[in-house]
Amino acid sequence: MTDLTNTVKTTDRADVTDTASRDKRGASSIRMQGLRKQFGRDSVALAGVDLDINAGEFFTLLGPSGCGKTTLLRILAGLEEADDGQLTIGGKDVIDMPPHRRSVNTVFQSYALFPHLSVRDNLAFGLRMRGEPAAERDRKVAEVAEFIKLGSLVERRVDQLSGGQKQRIALARALVCEPDVLLLDEPLSALDAGLRGQLQVELQRLQKRLGVTFVFVTHDQDEAMVMSDRIAVLDSGIIQQVGTPSEIYEHPANAFVARFMGHDNLFAITASESNWVDTGLGRLQLDPAEQRDTPDGWLLIRPETLELGGDVPADYNRLEGTVEERLYRGSRIEYRLTVNDHPLTAVAGNLGQRIHDVGDRVTIGICPEDLVRVAA
Amino acid sequence: MLQTSQTASRRHAVVSETRHLLFTVTPGAAWIILFLVLPSLYLMAVAFMTNGPYGLPQLPLSLSSFEQLAGVGFLGWSPGNLYTLLRSLWQTVVATGLVVLVAYPIAYYITTCRARWRPIMLLLVVVPSWTNQVIRTFGWMNLLAPGTPLSNLAEMMGLISPNMGLYPSNFAVTLGLVYNFLPFMVLPLYAAFEKLDTAQVEAAQDLYAKPVRAFWHAVFPQTLPGLLAGVVLVAIPAFGMYVIPELLGGGKAMMLGNLVATQFSGGSNWPLGAAGAILMLIATFIGLFAMRRIGKRLGGGEEVVI
Repeated sequence: MTDLTNTVKTTDRADVTDTASRDKRGASSIRMQGLRKQFGRDSVALAGVDLDINAGEFFTLLGPSGCGKTTLLRILAGLEEADDGQLTIGGKDVIDMPPHRRSVNTVFQSYALFPHLSVRDNLAFGLRMRGEPAAERDRKVAEVAEFIKLGSLVERRVDQLSGGQKQRIALARALVCEPDVLLLDEPLSALDAGLRGQLQVELQRLQKRLGVTFVFVTHDQDEAMVMSDRIAVLDSGIIQQVGTPSEIYEHPANAFVARFMGHDNLFAITASESNWVDTGLGRLQLDPAEQRDTPDGWLLIRPETLELGGDVPADYNRLEGTVEERLYRGSRIEYRLTVNDHPLTAVAGNLGQRIHDVGDRVTIGICPEDLVRVAA
Repeated sequence: MLQTSQTASRRHAVVSETRHLLFTVTPGAAWIILFLVLPSLYLMAVAFMTNGPYGLPQLPLSLSSFEQLAGVGFLGWSPGNLYTLLRSLWQTVVATGLVVLVAYPIAYYITTCRARWRPIMLLLVVVPSWTNQVIRTFGWMNLLAPGTPLSNLAEMMGLISPNMGLYPSNFAVTLGLVYNFLPFMVLPLYAAFEKLDTAQVEAAQDLYAKPVRAFWHAVFPQTLPGLLAGVVLVAIPAFGMYVIPELLGGGKAMMLGNLVATQFSGGSNWPLGAAGAILMLIATFIGLFAMRRIGKRLGGGEEVVI
């Protein structure tokens, strides 16, 4: 993380860094305890959420639609009332505090810019409602407009802006209020892939620069991994796992998290002993650290850890499979194999090694340390 | 040779364009000239003529009708017509204001209903206006006449003197106008509300606006075009309304429309009636102009189409 911050600092232009150091301010931690929310009689949005978000963290709520992530975000903003539970922001109990009194601002999925106001008046809205003097307001608005590089557009009406510009305005409108916590509800989902990738990086840099706590909601696991310090994976209103991107990707807490993070290679464990497990693929050696008392759950094989063809070291697991499908993806090649009638996906970096053809029999080497047991 | 053919084809194009224009514009233009321009010119001419026997206009041209309208008669100045004008304006302002107050929450409420209920709710608002206006107004006469439960209730509460009834009165006229014009306000307001993104209300609250301020700064300005359109749709016909003051006012609450109508029938003074009609037209134009100005200022410079 330190490395990243340094890279950002050195690559940034001087004027931006200046603005940034002025904008640096205290961020707030968030503590949620037993948050519950139900819509109607039988639609449970949140089934008791306990979560701690550190001050100055880029934290992502990740999950499929309907998992409760947006409801949780709306409870943080004060736009939704929790049925039960505790919520403190910056050590202050805010559970009964209306949204206009919370030092929290939101970037909405639809941006929710005011179409009857100019860009300038949109940016100034929060400061105006908070009763800041006009001179102060103008200064901050001019500064933030410059900061997002849209200074020339402040007189425009918002319906004259492109999607990317609207997104920036929505972000700036929230940031100009200097909140302790910034909430972002899938703010990039309406943008095309190129712009989206660019803004992911920009947002992440911005957060590091400002040091404000960001709570980001998304259903896109790649986006979550790229941007976040930590991720909470939600499903059915329950937190499935909290951890850094690498913890969640490499050691998913359960099969849901594994599948949601894009893992296909999950094999039911039928028997296990101290350092091996039986699965449909056959008997595989494990690192002793992965040992469990009971022979249940799943074995996760990450496709990029498989070594196809060539010599398999003696301490590796060795399998034989057939190439059923080959997907050429440029930087890497994806193979769909079958091993003992079970499908297995392998991904090899395109390093100029031999490319296997469909129908080829290949040897597959798996390092025992790369095998991970996942709870059901 | 080539040049001639080019000019010829150009001439042909011009001719066909002219013909095209003739075909598309003529029917509408003829209609407007025949049924708007000519009658208006005739009306203006009549207004400047003298009242003859049987109330029919005759020469010479004079300003006598306008003098009469201003209240100058044989017996010196009388404020009767001026009162009628002021009463018309007042009734229009009060009725339009009340229509806004009633229609705004209704329009908002309909937008909060489930999508499949909304057309039905709108239909319920509109359906009464499918019945003849005169019949509906007679209905109100029966509801408000002396001795009816509503009148008795008003009497018990000390709002009216005994046996007077709620009808005929200025109140009855106002009520009739509000009732009659409600749909014309609800529909444009509903259209404005429906376009509103509810996330904007949340955004306003998220940006430190208390609920009341969120309404005034985020919601109300966006409904303004609908509101102004509704005001125009209500105020103009209300200002010239004839049936409702005639029936519910009982001759005591005459509006300009009644004054004009009387001159063309019972009173029999066509020039005076024509002068009254022109006065109404001028007042309406002034009102429209004022609305445009208000709309422009409140709408942040955006043209509000009226």
